[in-house]
Amino acid sequence: MLVALTVALSVAALALAAWCAHAAYRDQPTKDWHFIGMAVVTVLALAQLVVGVVRLARGEQAHDGSVIFVSYLIGALFAVPAAGFLSLTERTRWGSVTVAAGAVVLAVLEVRLHDIWKG
Amino acid sequence: MTSGKADDMTTEVPGSDSESGTGPGPGPGVRLVKGPGLLLLWLYGVMSVGAVSRSAYQIATEFDRAPLAYALSGVAAVVYAFITYTLVRGGETARRIALACCAAELAGVLIVGTWTLVAPSAFPDATVWSDYGMGYLFIPVLLPVTGILWLRGRATRR
Repeated sequence: MLVALTVALSVAALALAAWCAHAAYRDQPTKDWHFIGMAVVTVLALAQLVVGVVRLARGEQAHDGSVIFVSYLIGALFAVPAAGFLSLTERTRWGSVTVAAGAVVLAVLEVRLHDIWKG
Repeated sequence: MTSGKADDMTTEVPGSDSESGTGPGPGPGVRLVKGPGLLLLWLYGVMSVGAVSRSAYQIATEFDRAPLAYALSGVAAVVYAFITYTLVRGGETARRIALACCAAELAGVLIVGTWTLVAPSAFPDATVWSDYGMGYLFIPVLLPVTGILWLRGRATRR
C-alpha cells in the first residue's frame, strides 16, 4: 500500500510538473484545472501520510528512523500546496514554473521516502 | 530612489507596489519576489526547510558523530533561511544584504565542496554542501549564481 502510493505520487507529481511546465511554455499562469491537479496530488500525499503513520503505529519500523520518515511525509504533503499558494501571488508564467518546481521537489521527496522506508 | 521602476512588464495587483509596505509582501522600493524571483524564493524556501530540519535533527541527535559536518550544515541552514527572509522582505537594503549572502553562500559551497573532496576523512557524514551539493541535485551551487544574477538585475534604476 505504502509503496503503491509512493509510486503513484511520484508519477502524479511528474505529470503535474510536466503539465505546469507546459503552461509556462505557453506563457500561461496556473489555472483552475492546475489547482484541481494540485489538489489530487495533495490528497494522495495526505493518504500517504495517514498510511505511513498507521504503519508506524502498528509497530513497523522505517529503516532510517521514524522521525525522519514522518518529517519527509509532512514535507511531501506541503510541497505542492505551498508552491500552489505562491503561484496565486504571481499570475504569470513564473507561477506555473514554481508549481512545476514544487512537483519536482515532491517527486524527489518520494524517492527519498522509499529509501527511508526500505533502506 | 525607491520608485520609478520602468522595467515592470508584468501585471501588478493594484496597490501591491506601495512605497512604504510593511510586513511580509512588498517592502519599500524594489520587489524581489516577482517573475523569476518567485521561483528563486521557492527554491530558497525549500532549501531552508530541508537544511534547517536536517541540521536541527543531526545536531540534536548525533552531533558527536560528525561535529564539523553538522556544524557546517547548520551554518548553511541559517544562510538559506536568512536569504529567504530578505527576498520576502524586499527593498534595496534587503537586496544588497541578500546579494552579499548569496556571495557568501557561493563561497561556502565552493570551499566546503572542495574540502569534502580533498579531505573526505574529516567528514564522516555528508553536509548540505558536500561535493558541491550533489546530494541536492547541485541546487546549492546553482542557486547562489542564479540569485546573484537576479538580484543584480533588480538594482534600483537611477
